[in-house]
Amino acid sequence: MSFKDETVSGYRSYLRNKLYIGAVLVVALTVTIIFSIKVGAANLSVYEILNGLVNSQAAGASIIWNIRIPRILAAIIAGCCMGIEGCIMQNVLRNPLASPYTMGISQGAAFGAAFAIIVLGAGALNSTQADAVIVNNPYLTVFAAFLGAMIGVSIILLIARVRSVTPEAMILAGVAMSAMFTAGTMFLQYFASDTQVAATVFWTFGDVGRAVWSDVWIMFILLIPALAYFMYHAWDYNSLEIGEETAKGLGVNTDRIRLYGMLISSFTSAVTVAFLGVIGFVGLIAPHIMRRIIGTDHRFLIPTSAILGALILLVSDTVARAILAPIVLPVGIITSFLGAPLFFYIIIKMGR
Amino acid sequence: MVLSVDKVEFSYGKANILKDINFKVKKGDFVSILGVNGSGKSTLMKCINRILKFKEGMIFVEERDVREMKEIEIARKMGYVPQRSETGFITVFDAVLLGRKPYIKWDVSSKDIELTEEILKVMNLDEYALRYINELSGGELQKVVIARALVQQPRILLLDEPTSDLDLKNQLEVMKLIKEVSCAQNIASIVVMHDINLALRYSDKFIVLKDGQVFTSGGREVITPELIKEAYGVDVHIKNFEGVPLVIPKSQ
Ligand SMILES: Nc1ncnc2c1ncn2[C@@H]1O[C@H](COP(=O)(O)OP(=O)(O)OP(=O)(O)O)[C@@H](O)[C@H]1O
Ligand SMILES: [Mg+2]
Repeated sequence: MSFKDETVSGYRSYLRNKLYIGAVLVVALTVTIIFSIKVGAANLSVYEILNGLVNSQAAGASIIWNIRIPRILAAIIAGCCMGIEGCIMQNVLRNPLASPYTMGISQGAAFGAAFAIIVLGAGALNSTQADAVIVNNPYLTVFAAFLGAMIGVSIILLIARVRSVTPEAMILAGVAMSAMFTAGTMFLQYFASDTQVAATVFWTFGDVGRAVWSDVWIMFILLIPALAYFMYHAWDYNSLEIGEETAKGLGVNTDRIRLYGMLISSFTSAVTVAFLGVIGFVGLIAPHIMRRIIGTDHRFLIPTSAILGALILLVSDTVARAILAPIVLPVGIITSFLGAPLFFYIIIKMGR
Repeated sequence: MVLSVDKVEFSYGKANILKDINFKVKKGDFVSILGVNGSGKSTLMKCINRILKFKEGMIFVEERDVREMKEIEIARKMGYVPQRSETGFITVFDAVLLGRKPYIKWDVSSKDIELTEEILKVMNLDEYALRYINELSGGELQKVVIARALVQQPRILLLDEPTSDLDLKNQLEVMKLIKEVSCAQNIASIVVMHDINLALRYSDKFIVLKDGQVFTSGGREVITPELIKEAYGVDVHIKNFEGVPLVIPKSQ
């Protein structure tokens, strides 16, 4: 009797610890948000910020609501998306390297954007420091980037569906697709004018500052059902973790889980990359860090990867705004700068 | 009949692996599948629970055609332990709890937790409950995987070499447990075995495969020196010891 309770209560407190870790992440994110609202070219005091948040007539209100909040929300939502996408892709493809970047989604988006800017004439260069590139026709560029992102991965999924290829082969196909898109982008740039090349290069520097309120809303509206779908299937992902055959034996339709997981995560990824440009590494490291801290139980891994992704992206963006102020660096540079050493550290430290 | 296999054929690409497989299994039966390496035992197990999609023939589970059952329905009827198990960075408790997957909607119920806890205790795994399965020995892992199949509460247990990594004591205990559970809950167990003596000790039915065909099937009486010679190509004595037939290879 007492033995019986011990096992279950031990398990329950093990689960509670995971919740505490989640709570710590939420607190860290909240602190970062407050700090992030404060950082910026216009120097606002804490009082001005609080006042601006509640009172739309206050002095700082316009800066806060039109520039800083959308930027912060974009970082949080995109970071959540990236964390989840990496988490799901790594699980369904059974590969620790899987992420939107390895599947050629980012490169496809870059190609689409380059196509819009160079061939369809959607871009021009404007060399102010705050916003170095102004795309004449942002809607066209965003749309083309989205299409580019979806085309590559759709082809891979179609092949996988028809010929039922292994997850390993899908990763390889993703790498091949990235190479092809990169070559395509270089081909376009070779024949483009200097300003067009500059515009495409600037586009690829992912930047959450590009997001306006409508972009934030679209990303948010996509994130919610995607997150709900993934959470509903958390136990399917847990089953996949212990092998394809075991998962099938437990009634998991592994092909369908894999297809939908890839489709949904590719779709959200294509949307964020189309709006914000290429932001590497977050989707790769956030789930890895969480996996090492709380294990592979997807009931906890999915939400915590999301929060950690948001935290990493927001911290990076805050650093990007503060480090060389008043120059604002594109966050994509920071995520890779911060991410790579952090990753090394984790690998050495945990060694698993 | 809880399971009937009727003229099943299966091939990987062009290679025809299973040919004209027929047999029936009743509730409470403890069936051992014997045969040399590559004779098609694992393939047969995977055909029964539709991990492999056989094209020819039919399989009925409790009078229902498996081809018309959804994956989740099959998983509620059959618990499967593959020949090779993968490990992962999950705890023993979670690994066993996964056996409740066919019944889980959004999340596990307290009944699922209780059943898991119970089986961990029965199999003496409770002291490992919070260890990660990639930190277990081969035999410990095998017990975890069997525990998962039991917590699935199936009507049919499909176990592919469940005792291959176990020590003598655990071999006996696990086989005894499977036998007890089969009897108590009227579950049919179909177990691929390489240890003929262990099979003879616990099973009441035998299916011997050779080159993807049922070579012989029936009770203990079918296991004769002639059969072993033909199915395995080994000369043996069969002696009765304490009421159980014992297969002893002849010394050269
Ligand atoms: N995925 C596969 N593709 C092609 N052939 C396969 C595949 N899996 C198994 N085979 C072949 O099918 C035959 C039967 O394999 P199976 O795994 O069913 O044998 P088994 O009786 O379980 O053997 P063992 O005792 O070694 O486990 C073997 O000749 C094997 O080489
Ligand atoms: Mg086998």
